[in-house]
Parts: sequence; structure tokens; C-alpha cells
Amino acid sequence: MDYRFENPAAVRTRLREVDYLSDEAIAGVVFLADRLGKPILVEGPAGTGKTQLAKSVAEILGARLIRLQCYEGLDESKALYEWNYKKQLLRIQAERNSDSLWEDIETDIFSDEFLLTRPLLEAIRAEDPVVLLIDEVDRVEVETEALLLEILSDYQVSIPELGTIEARQIPMVFLTSNNTRELSEALKRRCLFLHIDYPDMDREKEIVLTRLPEISDSLADQVARIVRSIRQLELKKSPSVSETLDWAKTLLLLGVDSVTEADAVETLNILLKHQSDIAKASKELQGDGGAKKPGVPRTS
Amino acid sequence: MTSTEPTPSPMLELLSGFIVELRAAGLPVSLTENLDAMEAVTHIPIEDRDAFKYALAATLVKNNSHWRAFETVFEVYFSLRGSEYSLGGGDDMPEITDDDEVPMNPEAGGAGSGGAGEAMSPEQMAEMLFQAMRQGDDAMMRALARQAVTRFAGMEPGRPVGGTYYLYRTLRNLDLDGVLERLMDEAQQESPSPLTPLEERLERDEFESRIDRMKKEIEAEIRRRLVADRGVEAMAKTLRKPLPEDVDFMHANREELVSLRKAIYPLTRKLAVRLARKRRHGRKGPLDFRATVRQSLSYGGVPADPRFRYPRPSKPEIFVVADISGSVAAFARFTLQLVYAISGQFSRVRSFVFIDGLDEVTQYFEGVEDISVAIHRVNTEADVVWVDGHSDYGHAFEVFWEKYGREVGPKTTVLILGDARNNYHASQSWTIKEMRKKARHVYWLNPEPKAYWDTGDSIVSDYGAHTDGVYECRNLRQLEKFVDILE
Repeated sequence: MDYRFENPAAVRTRLREVDYLSDEAIAGVVFLADRLGKPILVEGPAGTGKTQLAKSVAEILGARLIRLQCYEGLDESKALYEWNYKKQLLRIQAERNSDSLWEDIETDIFSDEFLLTRPLLEAIRAEDPVVLLIDEVDRVEVETEALLLEILSDYQVSIPELGTIEARQIPMVFLTSNNTRELSEALKRRCLFLHIDYPDMDREKEIVLTRLPEISDSLADQVARIVRSIRQLELKKSPSVSETLDWAKTLLLLGVDSVTEADAVETLNILLKHQSDIAKASKELQGDGGAKKPGVPRTS
Repeated sequence: MTSTEPTPSPMLELLSGFIVELRAAGLPVSLTENLDAMEAVTHIPIEDRDAFKYALAATLVKNNSHWRAFETVFEVYFSLRGSEYSLGGGDDMPEITDDDEVPMNPEAGGAGSGGAGEAMSPEQMAEMLFQAMRQGDDAMMRALARQAVTRFAGMEPGRPVGGTYYLYRTLRNLDLDGVLERLMDEAQQESPSPLTPLEERLERDEFESRIDRMKKEIEAEIRRRLVADRGVEAMAKTLRKPLPEDVDFMHANREELVSLRKAIYPLTRKLAVRLARKRRHGRKGPLDFRATVRQSLSYGGVPADPRFRYPRPSKPEIFVVADISGSVAAFARFTLQLVYAISGQFSRVRSFVFIDGLDEVTQYFEGVEDISVAIHRVNTEADVVWVDGHSDYGHAFEVFWEKYGREVGPKTTVLILGDARNNYHASQSWTIKEMRKKARHVYWLNPEPKAYWDTGDSIVSDYGAHTDGVYECRNLRQLEKFVDILE
């Protein structure tokens, strides 16, 4: 089989070309997923570019992205396939007056024509290159996870009436999780695991620069520094990369070229979404926190 | 396994030793994952240490909270090795074997390092350290870390001292706090106008992160030498630490407490989701006639797919009664934090704390965004000492029953937290018996290992006999398991 990538560095360069700044871990795991033919389970805080990674990989491969958004109550008929009952019913009724055999009708109504393909089956049957994204897999119940296992390990789907459908090619598969519950061992075992955390300061600055080309280097630097500082606080929800970008964009629109305390405090609501977090961060940024460092546990 | 270059068998051996050690550290590595890792590394150029590390991580570590444990084991097993790390005097003839270490060559080491390190006076060394920190020069920091360890750690071959001791000795001599202050002073003087608090904060953050990097370098340097001296297995065993979910509440050190605090937030989120789901899916509600008829239209009027209403079971009310005397305080804190974080799942949460007196602390948690603030108030303001400040469960329960007993009802679940070490006071276990008669459930959570129950002054069975169950709750894993049965 042909491999899609030569080495991790190539993954990194090509991702950069589509404005996705990866790091060694991300590039390494994408590279391995291709080599080993395994899905990637991407986990990490919200807004760190998990879904974007799948999209960007699809873009560099020139592949179609097939997305399955998971939610509570997702079932086979929404994820894999469904028989088109209504059409089947019509077909049976149409045949009622003719004297064709029941067996013929049966084989007829359980054929491709009456099959509604859902994302997973679609990805398996695709002729063109595809990237399958199973988004927020932690939202489905544990029992539903089992639906995915056959696809993830053997790249095939079994339909009782039709038999087993095997993939024509092994697609790249990404599963994302916000970790609201522990995924089953069986699922984890089949995947490569990638944790995407908030980027370090240099990478974040680069991301800001890439995404907002009109921003000045010094402002991007300042933005990244302030965000790093805020992430060190103990907050309900730390600012995500997308929020950093929104914030940088706001500063740009306001025509700020060097962030002062007042600018920062006024626009904090873009970076942080909880009132208590905003209060805490503005207090810290204005220096009320002084040199006292957060994160030291209180001893009783 | 196919490989461009046959994997040398020492590598395989090292890998399997590595995986054995990961399992010993508590990571659940399955056989498939083991095989995946072996295959993965064949695709990676071995000399690329980072890629190698990520390949192993992606196949072996499936939980982010295990990352630290993995990293430690990795550093021990795959640290750079060579004669230059031996403790027996090879220091002045560094034989450079790895690309990664080349910049360490003192001649190439940038600003003012002129001669070999050995000849430097402590003042020169301090100056170099200051410069390295100011410029954030990684190569120089690495070289300095080596120098500092050689000079200050006083490592001797075969000495059975842990790495922390050497780290402490090295850091004490380097005085990194002093360096930070000097850096800040200089930043103040260099800037044309006085630094605003924000600028000052950002400068400080930057320097602190550099100093952190320096500390990590030193730690890595010490570890490398210890590994060279003692061998991989012995070192891995010394460094083995419990995973965050296995840290014992009662004996957690400061660092472990921090990791616990970090672990508890995602845990509460998970538990809340789980409890909410259980409530919704546990039972089916009554038939939803309207929705069923609507659905039947797709099947030609046959109600093939009956629809049900969501059930609305009543939410329980939780009373937490916690011992907050010294030995079990950490446990009480974590449990309270957990219960309040998922309080949305209960109709009401009331909390009481005691040592030998008892006080209600529910009001501290009301309208407070940050639970740790409330916990701090509990620890400082609650009136829990009656006579001498030694645990007296009997008296505390008596007070509880007298004052609040009539508020315990059939919807109430009472959680009692403590080790039941009663200092030989009267047990007054009738209070628990009465409580259970009125309450929906009474559970006792004990942070002590089961083997210690009923030894010395512990009378947990006296009370336990009257509860719906006594649970050992020494770590997050057990606490999480317990919350699952709460309903």
C-alpha cells in the first residue's frame, strides 16, 4: 500500500501549508496513523483544534471529509445505515396485484436501492479518498460505542441482509473527545491516542500570526504572553486557542497596538466566559494579585 | 514486522522492559497495545528521540493523566547514556555521542564561557547563569546544568540517596530565586518608563518559565547520572509514583495534592454527566401517546415504535457529615469539593463538619463560585471544637441528631466521612441507628485502608453495623466508584 506521508516532518510542513500549525506530537501521530492504518483518538480541552486537525488533514490529502456528529441517543440508523421503510412499503404495495414471488420481492427490497447510507457506511464504501471524522464520541452511550468497533478495527460493516461490506481503501479516521466520560477500553485499544493541549507560547504566537496575517509581531507576542499568564490561573475554563484568536481580532479591530491593563480588562469577556473567571483574571492583570503566585495549595 | 532496518534485539529487550515498568507504574497496557508499540517504532527513525517518544505514547498511553508517569519511565529507560554520565570521574573528558548534546561543548557555548567549566569561580558561574536566563539560551542552560550538577550535587557512585536530595543540593547552591529577582530588577531598569503591573507580570512569567526549564534540565541531568550509576530497573523503581487517581488522600504530599486538585475537576464533570444520564435512562417513563401516534404515521398507522415520556424521578437530598480533624482533613476537603461540584444532581446539599463539636457549613458554599474559597472558610471559621479538639464522633453525632435530626427525612441520603478514630470516647452509635430509620440511606466513607479498620481507637464497625454500607475511600478511583451508587 502506498503511504500518504513520508515522515513526520512532511506531515508538519504540509499541515503548515494549509495554515494548521502542528507540533511534533500531532505530526508524529498522524504519520503513524497512516503507517499503521489505525484511527486516531484526539482528546483535549475544547477549542484546541481537534476537529480542525481532521479538516486540515482532509484538505492536504485532497480528500472528502465525512463527518459523524455524535450525540446522546445516536443509533445504528443514524450512524451506519437504515432501510428505507417507506420506499420498501411502496414497492410491496406496487407488487400486490402482480403475481411475482415473495422471494423476488424480498431480495429486491433488501438491495442497495433501498439502503440509506449514513456517514460510517458512506466512508467505507467511498471510492474517492475520504477522511472520516467521528466528532465528540464521548457523547454517545457506552453501548453505542460498540457500533464503532467493527469499523475501527476491520474497516468493514456487516449488514445482515446484504453481508459484509469491506472498505475499498483504509480511510484516515479521527475520533474527537472532550473527555466528559471515560471511553471504553475496547475503543481506546483500537486507536492511537493523541492529547492536544493548549499550545505553548511560541506556537500560540505563530498561530495568531498565521491566522491573522495583518497583526503586528509585537501585538501577537503580547497576546500570547497574556494568554499564557491567564492560563496559569486556576479558572473554570481557560481560554482556548479560538478564543485567543477572537481576542486578537478584537484588539486589532479596536486599533490597539500595545495592550495596556485597561485594554485587557475591558476585552477580557472575549477570552473568558465565566463571570468569576473574568473577575479573577482582571484582578490579577491589574496587579492586585501582586507577586503572589496562584496554584499553591492551601494547607489546612 | 517489516522494517527498513532490522531492529536490533537489545532494542526489543529494552522495550519490553519498558512496558513491564509501565505496567508496574499502574498503566493498563494491553497485549495489543504492546504489539502496536513494537510495530510503531519500526516506522520511526530510531535516532529521532522525540518521534520515538510520541510513537510510544500514542500506542501505550490512552489517558492524559498517565502522561507524567509515562514520561518519567521513558526518561529513565531511554535517557542518553554514555561514559560522560558515569559518576566515577569521567566528567572532564566528555565524549559526545549524541547530536542532541553537541552544543554543550564548552568552546561552542556562547558568551564568555571561554575556558572549561572546571576552572570557573562560583561568581563566574552565577554570572553565566544570569546571562543564560536573560537570553533564554537553551544550549547554555544545558551546559550549565551539567556543570552545576557536577559541582554542587556531590553525587557519589552507589550512594543510596534519592534524586530529590541531589536536586535540592544543586538548587540551593544556584539560588534561582535570587536570579529571578535580579532579572526583574534589570528589566525594571532597562525599560524607559516604569513597568506597568501587566508588563511586570508578563516579564516575570517569562523568566519563571525559563527558570522552570533550567530546573528541568538539572533534574534530567541528575536522573541521567543516577541511571548510569544504578541501572535502569532500580532507578525506575525509585521514581515510581502513584497515578493521580491512586494517590492516597491521607498521605498525599504537596505535589500530589496539586495533581489531585487538577484531576478532580474533570472527574466532577464526568460524574455529573453520568448521574444525569443515569437518571434519564434508568427507567422509562409513561407512554407518550401523542408522539406514538405521530410516529405511527410513517408505518401506515401501525404503532410500531412506541414513544415514552422522560421519567422525572425525584432528586435525593444529601447531608454530608465530615470529620475535619488533621488526619482526615484532606479527604473531607476532596469529598466536599466533589459533592458540591455535582450538587446540581441533588435537590439540596447540606454539609456539617465536626471534630468534637459540630457546625453546619452549608452557608459557606452558597453563592460561592470557587469551592476552594468555601473550603478555606470551613477550615478557618467553622466552630467545631467543643472541649479539646480531638475527634469525638459520639458527641458530634449526638449534637447532629439533637439539632438537625428532625430535618432528616425519607429523601435524605446521609454521607458520613471519617476514620472513626474516636479517641476512646463513647460511640453513641444509637444516633446512627435512629438516623438510618428516618433517612433514605446512610453511607460511611472511610479514608483508611480496610486492614486498619477497628484497630486501636477505630470503631468503624460499631457505626458501620447501622449504616447501609461502609466504603473504603482512599483515592479518587474509589471515591468515583462510590459516587456511582449514589442515587
